[in-house]
Amino acid sequence: MTSASSATPVSARAVGITVSHLTKKFGPVTVLHDVSFEVRPGEIFCIMGPSGSGKTVILKHIVGLETPTSGEVRIGQLDAADPETRTKIHLAFVFQAGALFNSLSVYDNLALYPREHRLGNEAHIRDRVMHALSILSLDKTGDRMPSELSGGMKKRVAIARALVMEPQLLLYDEPTAELDPILSATITEIIGTLREQSAITSLVVTHDRSLALSIADRVALIMDGRIRAVGVPDDFKHTTDPTIANFLNPIIDLKNPRFKQLEKDHE
Amino acid sequence: MKQILGIIEGIGETVLLVARSARYANTLPRQFPRFIEQCYQIGYKTMPIVTILCFFIGSALAQQSGYSLEDFGGKQFIGALVGLSMARELGPVMVAILVAGRVGSAITAELASMKVYQEIDALVTMDIPPERILVLPRLAAILVMMPVLTMIANLCGWFGGALVCQYTASISVSSQSYFSVLERFMHMKDIVDSLIKAEVFGIVVITICCHIGLNTRGGPREIGASLTKAIVTSLIFILVLDFFINDILI
Repeated sequence: MTSASSATPVSARAVGITVSHLTKKFGPVTVLHDVSFEVRPGEIFCIMGPSGSGKTVILKHIVGLETPTSGEVRIGQLDAADPETRTKIHLAFVFQAGALFNSLSVYDNLALYPREHRLGNEAHIRDRVMHALSILSLDKTGDRMPSELSGGMKKRVAIARALVMEPQLLLYDEPTAELDPILSATITEIIGTLREQSAITSLVVTHDRSLALSIADRVALIMDGRIRAVGVPDDFKHTTDPTIANFLNPIIDLKNPRFKQLEKDHE
Repeated sequence: MKQILGIIEGIGETVLLVARSARYANTLPRQFPRFIEQCYQIGYKTMPIVTILCFFIGSALAQQSGYSLEDFGGKQFIGALVGLSMARELGPVMVAILVAGRVGSAITAELASMKVYQEIDALVTMDIPPERILVLPRLAAILVMMPVLTMIANLCGWFGGALVCQYTASISVSSQSYFSVLERFMHMKDIVDSLIKAEVFGIVVITICCHIGLNTRGGPREIGASLTKAIVTSLIFILVLDFFINDILI
């Protein structure tokens, strides 16, 4: 499969990611097998694959929450496993469940990063937080606690919290998981709009085929911890590879022995 | 052998946690609100239970020693016995146990749930070290509050003993006589030793609870397991350290 360049002008701050021969073992289980791919500065790159295929583990290596068993991950020229990298490159991670700080209000969740890194006085921080909230249409939620928010709102607050960091690299872990189709479309639109506005590098991990194929500049398909294909969305739409085609358009075969067994169990 | 190595590894990691937190000591002035919040949680909210418990420990100690010393004609020394027992042993140990049960458990539960629900991971990705904003303010607060709580515990124990001596017919030692003996046999070193023990216990309890909370893995069920582990480990360390600190201080 081939690759295509991003249509959006690349920001000077945007950074690329290089994953080289990444292998990860948890005890005797190998989760990632010799994974290699490259994310170019300023593009939206989607890692698509079924649940349990190792997508989130790749993201955790990029943000430095996991260290490789072998191979390496580089952000720009820097080693992702080195904690110093996070001080040199602004990267933001939107967790699947939001990972909002439950003891802080929505406003304080967003203000934590600029306050802790002393990025201006309280008035400046307020402007920054309110701007991020307004981009995601969350202007009136600042005083609310995370426990009072719906799943979709939590996702949007998590994205707003990432935006306050003014990241060079924005990582999304299953941004549309557990959301209804309308909210999924909204989140998809937000990811696209953010890239249009700030031209940052975005890496999206998802099992949502429509999200990956509608938004990405390039897509990687991962299955059982191995990269099966990398290419532009059109390559995937017109694929002749039966495994990829089956992932994109799964056919439910009721004559499958697994279904027969389920039927027997039910009886 | 594996278990012993695990214990040694745990002790090493706990010491490293204190060292990593101490590296951010210069950020304490701008973390003043967090420090005050922790002083409130550790000190103010623990005070009532410390007061009640130590008052009755002092009372019970006076009752028992009154009953035992009567045979030897040594009732007049009850003040010294209660005073020294509370200051040198029961005050700091009881406060440490109460802090482990009330504050330590809350800390472990909070940090473990933050870990399980990825809030700690979020902090790390935001380049905000958890040691700086979660551990350091608690360590600073325990350093300030442990001596205060221990002195309150000692005073409550002494007054509890005095009341029992005054108003129990079988003992009937006046408060004046009780406190004059207590004063005669107590030295400044006893109070200083009491506070040193309290400080060591406080730091150990908070560090163990923070360490176990921050290293929780798995789901909500592991939060409960971490809580039990933190309390049991803290209690073991309080009592084992008590023996060794006594050995050094006496």
